[in-house]
Amino acid sequence: MRSLILVTASRYLAPLLLAASVWILLRGHNEPGGGFAGGLLASAAFALKVVSNGVAAARRALRVDPHWLLGAGLLTALTSGLPALLAGRPFLTAGWIAVPLPAAGSWDAGTVLWFDAGVYLVVLGAVLLIVFTLAEE
Amino acid sequence: MNLLIVLLIPFGLAAAAPGVCHLTNRLTGWLLAAPVAALTVLVAAWGPDVWREGPRLSHLPWAPSIGLSLSFRLDGLSWLFALLITGIGALVTVYAGAYLGAHPRLGRFYASLLFFLASMLGLVLADNLLLLFVFWELTSISSYLLIGFDQEREAARRAALQALLVTAGGGLALLAGFVLLGQIGGSFELSALFPQAATVRGHSFYGPILGLILLGAFTKSAQFPFHFWLPAAMEAPTPVSAYLHAATMVKAGVYLLARLSPLLADTQAWFWSLTPAGAITMLVGAITALCKTDLKQILAYSTVSVLGILTFLAGLGTVTALEALAVYLLAHSLYKGALFLVAGAIDHETGTRDTSQLGGLRHSMPLTAAAGLIAALSMAGLPPVLGFISKETLYEAGLRAPQHAVVLTKLLVVTAVALFAVAGAAGVRPFFGPPQAPGRQPHEAPVGLWLGPVILAFGGLLFGLIPGRLEQAVETAVRAVAPDRSVQVRLSLYHGLNPALMLSALSVAAGFFLYRLHARYPGPIEPWPALARLAPARAYESALLALNRLASWQTQRLQSGYLRSYLLIIVTAALGLSAVPMVMHRVVLPLSLDLNPRWHELLLGTVILAGIVTAVRTTSRLTAVASLGVVGLGIALLFAWLGAPDLAMTQLAVETLTVILLVLVLYHLPDFSRLTPARGRRRDATVALAAGGFMALLVLIVNSTESDSRLAAYFLEQARPLGRGCNVVNVILTDFRALDTLGEITVLAVAAVGVYGLIRLRLHGGRRA
Repeated sequence: MRSLILVTASRYLAPLLLAASVWILLRGHNEPGGGFAGGLLASAAFALKVVSNGVAAARRALRVDPHWLLGAGLLTALTSGLPALLAGRPFLTAGWIAVPLPAAGSWDAGTVLWFDAGVYLVVLGAVLLIVFTLAEE
Repeated sequence: MNLLIVLLIPFGLAAAAPGVCHLTNRLTGWLLAAPVAALTVLVAAWGPDVWREGPRLSHLPWAPSIGLSLSFRLDGLSWLFALLITGIGALVTVYAGAYLGAHPRLGRFYASLLFFLASMLGLVLADNLLLLFVFWELTSISSYLLIGFDQEREAARRAALQALLVTAGGGLALLAGFVLLGQIGGSFELSALFPQAATVRGHSFYGPILGLILLGAFTKSAQFPFHFWLPAAMEAPTPVSAYLHAATMVKAGVYLLARLSPLLADTQAWFWSLTPAGAITMLVGAITALCKTDLKQILAYSTVSVLGILTFLAGLGTVTALEALAVYLLAHSLYKGALFLVAGAIDHETGTRDTSQLGGLRHSMPLTAAAGLIAALSMAGLPPVLGFISKETLYEAGLRAPQHAVVLTKLLVVTAVALFAVAGAAGVRPFFGPPQAPGRQPHEAPVGLWLGPVILAFGGLLFGLIPGRLEQAVETAVRAVAPDRSVQVRLSLYHGLNPALMLSALSVAAGFFLYRLHARYPGPIEPWPALARLAPARAYESALLALNRLASWQTQRLQSGYLRSYLLIIVTAALGLSAVPMVMHRVVLPLSLDLNPRWHELLLGTVILAGIVTAVRTTSRLTAVASLGVVGLGIALLFAWLGAPDLAMTQLAVETLTVILLVLVLYHLPDFSRLTPARGRRRDATVALAAGGFMALLVLIVNSTESDSRLAAYFLEQARPLGRGCNVVNVILTDFRALDTLGEITVLAVAAVGVYGLIRLRLHGGRRA
């Protein structure tokens, strides 16, 4: 049985949660947050979808299999170590590029964020793999 | 630098292979082979540089604090191997496209095959021992995937697991040997270790190092008694057998022996462990090969035999022996690769690999027959093919052995005689005699299937006719193995009327006689019936069985399957393990408590305590879940107030997800009631209170003692200048300790897949172990 209130609420809540999770991932280097917390929040968004609309709908919303997220996340984290290697420094040494912003100043883009995005994806994949499988039982 | 790129290209190709397959199903083999062929040309073009200027080195730090670096070395030895790996790799890539056709898992096959190619290339190019080990294990893993490619067949899965356990088990010994070597030499770089050969040989650890490294090399190169995995690995698709289990991977052990020769060879221990092992392997392999009728089994056992010969030569260690090793290795890769591919083509066209059912195929498959015959000539050691020259140098090496030359030469002749007959059985008999009538009418194989064997076989013929072109390559390879000796290589078909030529003539005559004799017994023969019970394969089976029994015994003892008993064991163990050292080291307990809680902290503490009491006393599951939620959220709030917003955030998310997970499994849980008797509950309460009290005490101790750790200060100071971040926790996780985090998320991913597997197993009514 579907609860109309939950379905309607999740339609607005899930995108908000996802957006918040990305925001938490991005701000993580300077303020509380990061890939782990962000990934957990993003999984909460999809878990909400599971409870409100069922697993099938949640899987459709995710578009890819959680297994795939695990692999993609590990690859992302792994590749973030390669630029340092190509520059002749130890694997996973952080590298930074100052990206000039249109308004004023610049934003430091680093391999660290790329690495954290990998953590985010792995956490999301791991939680959803378990949640989806349990929900299908 | 460019050596790393040589590796990145095939790794990239492996990743791209499934996509390429998806887009272009029929042309995949050719498309993927093109870059590999280009790589071959690139490697080949480096040859003259290496001959003239010596080894080409490149170095990149990877994890310098543990001595791991991406350092590569291209010298004569690795160049020879790299050329074989890329060249035969390109041919096999084409062949596999035609052999497997429109197989639904073709993409995965190519991904594994190219991944293997890249790993093998890394293995022979690595200059760092740890790096070499990494690639060594990667080849074992890709070999596992390729042997078990027909995953539906149990035999294929068993063979894959067997090969993995044997070679990766040896790999662990190898790692231990490498670590010891690195400890003695103070470096894992081969370039830094080579000058210290005298220290290594004189060290008291020399024996253990040699033993461990030989265990790794012997398992990989299928030396007796570890040879059994190789014939079993013939469950793999034929291109894989040709490439991994004849031309390249099984030679990794021999490569390692040659590579480490400058460090470890020239001792009695070296001679007496390699030469007998090689001699036994070459005899057992050659004789067993004669008893088989399945083409691939015949070829597999003859490969075992040749690997024995190569180990034998590495054991002799003279310049002549090393020269023979290089030439024999090259000749064998060419002819054995060709013969395997021919066997695959025959199987593809006739539907059988049984030599007693094959005959007269030269009419219907002329090109395949030509390739098979020339390869067989090379294997038999007849002129004018490269195999003849390699056998001549082999006899030379035997005759000039430093000790026991007569006995050793006799063993070589016996092996060569047997291999002559094997060559006839595998490469000649299927094409001659009356045409047999297998299930269907055979036709010449498509171009993809004959191109590879024809090029390999004619390559052997070409090098036999102009062996002078190989001299430089062989000389540089030998010089890489024996750097401090004068090396002068002369290769030709005719060396004059010398003892080696006499022995050659003798072994050809005896081999021909044996071949005719063998032809009279078409059926398979059980080679060692009396020894069957002692066969190494049996020992492997019983060891595996015993291991499984031990595992299920200890599982029954330790794993009750009840969460409550796991919790009890974990908490008690943690309590004991941390309390005992504290008592032993007489940790001072804080006497004065200066807590000064503020009112909102007290309030929160009361709420948390109330939640705990409710959770313990309630008779309703929902109440228990809700009150545990109160506890969790209260703790999250506490984190937030005490200045750990990161922890609070994570704790909140975990609490939320826990509730969702509980909702999902709620209906599957048994009734919520008190099952444990009062005594058990009292015990649980004691443990819980003790653990909680202990943790509280620990926190108080940590807070009251002056910590002399400079780590925290370092992280706090350096987070902004070095890590360019204000969130120190995150900077540590993603920058200072990124390698740890990478390990942690890997564990997380593996654990998730494990949980998934367990749940699915239950779903499909899987039986409980």
